[in-house]
Amino acid sequence: MKKMQPVLWFADIGLGDRLSVGGKGASLGELTRAGIRVPPGFVVPTSAFEVSLESLDASGEIRRTVAALNHDDVSSVAAAAEKIRARIRSAPLPGDLEAGIARAYGELCRGQADAPVAVRSSATSEDSEEASFAGLQDTYLWVRGERGVLDHVRQCWASLYNTESLTYRLRLGLPEENIAMAVVVQRMVPASASGVMFTRSPTTGDRSTIVIEACWGLGSCLVSGEVTPDRFIVSKVTGDISAKTISSKTLRHVPDPVRGGVRDEPVPDELQAAASVSDDIIAELVAVGKTIERHYGRPQDIEWAVSDDAPGTNIFILQSRPETVWAARDAQPIAKPAASALEHVFAALGHRKS
Amino acid sequence: MSDRWVSSLREVKAEERKAPEIRRSFEERKAPEVRKNPFPLPSQLQSVPAAEGWQDMYPYFTRFRPEDDNRFWFYNSMHFPEPMSAFDSISQEAPYAAMGAVTTRTFVFPAALGIDYRVFNGRVYITGNPVLDPKEIERRLGLFQKRAGHYYQNWPTLYAEWEKRITNLIKEVNAIVVPQLPEFEDEEVVTKARGIAQNHYLWERFNRLIESYSVMWHHHFEFLMLGYGAYVVFFQFCKKAFPEIPDQTIARMVAGLDVLMFRPDDELKKLAKLAVKLRLEDKFSETKPPAEVIALLERAGAAGKEWLAAFEKAREPWFNITMGDGLDYHHRSWNDDLTVPFSSLPRYIAQIKAGDSLERPTEQLKKERERIIAEYRELLSTAEDKAAFDQMLGLCHLVFPFVEDHKFYCDHWFVSSFYNKVREFGELLAREGLLETSEDIFHLQHTEVKQALTDVMVGWASGTGPVGGPHWKPLVAKRKKIIEALKKWNAPPALGPMPEAVEDPALLMLWGINKETLENWAKPEGEQSENEFRGFAAAPGCTEGIARVLKTTNEIGEIREGEILVCPATSPSWGPVFSKIKAAVSDIGGTMSHAAIVAREYGLPAVVGTGQATKRIKTGQRIRVDGNQGIVTILG
Repeated sequence: MKKMQPVLWFADIGLGDRLSVGGKGASLGELTRAGIRVPPGFVVPTSAFEVSLESLDASGEIRRTVAALNHDDVSSVAAAAEKIRARIRSAPLPGDLEAGIARAYGELCRGQADAPVAVRSSATSEDSEEASFAGLQDTYLWVRGERGVLDHVRQCWASLYNTESLTYRLRLGLPEENIAMAVVVQRMVPASASGVMFTRSPTTGDRSTIVIEACWGLGSCLVSGEVTPDRFIVSKVTGDISAKTISSKTLRHVPDPVRGGVRDEPVPDELQAAASVSDDIIAELVAVGKTIERHYGRPQDIEWAVSDDAPGTNIFILQSRPETVWAARDAQPIAKPAASALEHVFAALGHRKS
Repeated sequence: MSDRWVSSLREVKAEERKAPEIRRSFEERKAPEVRKNPFPLPSQLQSVPAAEGWQDMYPYFTRFRPEDDNRFWFYNSMHFPEPMSAFDSISQEAPYAAMGAVTTRTFVFPAALGIDYRVFNGRVYITGNPVLDPKEIERRLGLFQKRAGHYYQNWPTLYAEWEKRITNLIKEVNAIVVPQLPEFEDEEVVTKARGIAQNHYLWERFNRLIESYSVMWHHHFEFLMLGYGAYVVFFQFCKKAFPEIPDQTIARMVAGLDVLMFRPDDELKKLAKLAVKLRLEDKFSETKPPAEVIALLERAGAAGKEWLAAFEKAREPWFNITMGDGLDYHHRSWNDDLTVPFSSLPRYIAQIKAGDSLERPTEQLKKERERIIAEYRELLSTAEDKAAFDQMLGLCHLVFPFVEDHKFYCDHWFVSSFYNKVREFGELLAREGLLETSEDIFHLQHTEVKQALTDVMVGWASGTGPVGGPHWKPLVAKRKKIIEALKKWNAPPALGPMPEAVEDPALLMLWGINKETLENWAKPEGEQSENEFRGFAAAPGCTEGIARVLKTTNEIGEIREGEILVCPATSPSWGPVFSKIKAAVSDIGGTMSHAAIVAREYGLPAVVGTGQATKRIKTGQRIRVDGNQGIVTILG
């Protein structure tokens, strides 16, 4: 059995640990280290997945089965996927790993028994950008208790073998032995409002413009598109809010205390047409967004939440990803410096391209 | 001899041939630019019934012609918010003649000729005259590069000389002596063999006055269009680099802080401080007429004398600031009507006593501007862009002082001197029985004034006296009635077909006329929200308060602490008002209009160029001004 650490805390990891903690985990670690307020958590690294997979499938049968599949043969891929997932879900974790995760969860719960956490898949591959896995892995919100956490870690691992993921890897021809899965376990934020923040305008690519979208409750209803969010356009430089579009938000996601996870809930009438974040919160978000962008040296797409529980500043950053759509266009200068400033005037007023 | 005639005729022909090229570009504009017409055509306008004969108040060449239906026009309510008196025709003739000369003939702007104007129901409609033919633009560009280049390259030296020239011109106007016609000429006319009698000088002095007005306008535009040119280029670059950057933010990067137009207000603050220092506070009161305050101070011993001396010193030249924009004779200067400064003094005194410093936070504003510039620069992706940004912004900073400060010299100091001199001629005409009062002179066109002076000239010489009383007095009375009737006309903001593009630097920068404004104006009444309308977001912030609608600048004294100013167009001399109000809304004006600059400096939300604020809002209504989004909402 390989030597491994059962968990790595956010504060101890950064972007350089991508391969062992996955893109999501690495990013949360990086943000934590940069002093950004991120809900505390840890990562069950890929080595834990490797060890676990080894213990339940010492002969390497699972990876061999996958490698032999034909991605066009949808029904046999589905059947194989189902079998593998069932196996991973039901296999007990190696003892020291289970104990390590349980201990870490206990520490995370300090101050609140069975504190709710999010359990998120964070896949890695040596052959491909993590971005290409986006949306193909599962996230479980509002998981409570040691048992629940351990179960959902296995669920995450199993999600690596759902039909879509498998077909995707097969189609790209990504070697199975390079595929691994880290799992992020992170305290949930009891969000009164949440949303996304683009540190460059998604519609025009304007780097001086921050666009914030916000809804009541958890951000999952915004990501899933069930609610049209409020939209705020803010100047990154002056902080002036140049446009506010408040939409009618009839629905919000809240934690489901009975079944775990999240559930829909109607938004009280008086809140539906109200702005889900105040101007002060917008100002704080912009400040955090600028810090994160500066830290990474490029524009970011950021998920955030406002917690009613936390004292003082109550904005939490849940995730930050580099913006990719407009980034490609930045290399082209808009204007070239001229021999003298006057040339710009001549060019523009004379309708010439400068 | 005859050969020379032929060849010079040929030259004339060649000159004439150039003109059609300009005309051709005008013709070409018609086809591609015309879109479905949301505005009335000039030919569809109706004269106000009770104002028959208004046409005779203005020169024949200002009337709409049938072919004007093919062009887009907008109502210049920024400069002419009220129906114009006959004399004020001169405030289109001279400025537009000078401005167009600069762009069309002197500096040869590549894509913009001058501005055409027409008058209907006493309102001035204008339109830019673009050059569309690429070949013609290229030909003009060659000349423009050389000529504009000379000014841009030598800007500081040329501007320093300009300041001297314009100050001298103001001195000359003030020195013009309106002749007094004596019973007998001074003996010196004979003993010194002068040979010319006083009546000649009626013509000579009046002509000189009118000519100096024209000279001033040429100087006014000498640098201005080049300044706007630099602004437009930087604005365009910023819009390309940061497609969503608000205009007001670009303007903040451009605007300097040491602007002459702040001086009058600064001088007032100094006088307020001096009043506190000399313990003269109790002499000032918002309700006391200025003359009474001055009389009190004269009796207040050495302290009173010291204050009055400082006051006299500050007045010249700083109180030569008018309450308008210098294009309307009844916008008097502070020196002519001390009510504005004297009603502001008690408030400043109270603020000083309450511990306010009254200082403009110049250092802080400067730092904030530097920060904004640095952050935008940093956001540019490439080193090339950063270098281009530096060049363009550098040019804006070079031209900014002129673009702002010329207003004090030209539009205020010169113009108020000019109108006062015209009044002196008015006094003469009233004395000679041609007019009821000196102010009535403003109901005559300047060419008619010359005719009236000629009457005086001739009548004095023949010994029978002038005969113009029965001619001019009823005419003035009729015109006053016409003006009153014209005030009721609801002038459409624009006429004719919607243009595809707006190119003219002045239209963009000064009037704030762009595609968006036009589309906003074009919205049918039904589509416009009852209680909400848009303008330019001119200064950031959002606030609510009670509206004070001022249609003419003479009502300036009515505004109360904490109200929101709603006016056709704000003008630079409203400085003291800005420390009193909570926000400002105007019908017209762009991001670089002075109102916007002052509002930003005072940290007040402002929405300018709404096109309709003074029509839709009533004094006393509660309104919300959102200077970030450019939205004004009537709350009730």
